[in-house]
Amino acid sequence: MPEPADVDRFMRDLDLEAEAGGYHLNPDPEFTRGLVRGLLANRERYGYISCPCRLASGNREDDVDIICPCDYRDPDLADYGACYCALYVTADVQAGARIPDPVPERRPPPAERERQKAGYAAVPESLKFPVWRCRVCGYLCARNEPPEICPICRVPRDRFERFM
Amino acid sequence: MMAMQHVPGVDRGRVILYALSTCGWCARTKELLTDLGVGFSYVYVDLLTGEERDRVVREVERWNPRLSFPTVVVDDAKVVVGFREQEIREAVGA
Repeated sequence: MPEPADVDRFMRDLDLEAEAGGYHLNPDPEFTRGLVRGLLANRERYGYISCPCRLASGNREDDVDIICPCDYRDPDLADYGACYCALYVTADVQAGARIPDPVPERRPPPAERERQKAGYAAVPESLKFPVWRCRVCGYLCARNEPPEICPICRVPRDRFERFM
Repeated sequence: MMAMQHVPGVDRGRVILYALSTCGWCARTKELLTDLGVGFSYVYVDLLTGEERDRVVREVERWNPRLSFPTVVVDDAKVVVGFREQEIREAVGA
């Protein structure tokens, strides 16, 4: 189990990072601390901070869409005011002006994820470079390979998908 | 089943909570059922391994194909997915 001091430190780091990027952590400190503890427990178990409210497989490739911040955070913030586990909330929720709606699971079920993996977007012949999209923040770039780290939201290369 | 923990309480049928040990909403659901005084069993699916985990995962998928947590099943009939307090109260008749 993660040490309380490590949980507090990681929670501070996440908060600083979130605020710097225009995101906000859940204002309920006890609830948020529990989620951060879960993230660190997952890092100990799997080697990456997969979502505390989702069942990870332990295989990074299968879990990459649910590594926090997950691929579904931004659309869930837009639609419900919170991400699926509610670690991240919108500004009005953070300020206490709004109660977030319950967030239904947006991640496709296992069988559908398998099917999606098989599909690959066709690349138009006319493009000089392929276009890569960060699945976490939507950043687009046209270059032969995606960047090592997303320059906008700092997630690693394996969070990029071929966009065009 | 070995992995199921039982919380004693008033008999409202066979109440099973499928949960994750790291999930805040699963914790709230367990608290709610405990506060309601309902007898229930729970299992932390993320702590299971091997065949036992596969078996429980298939069990959850039967009720909730998205395999999300918490999933509450009452009497192999009523299913509540997520911490939906009112629906959980109604499902256990509390």
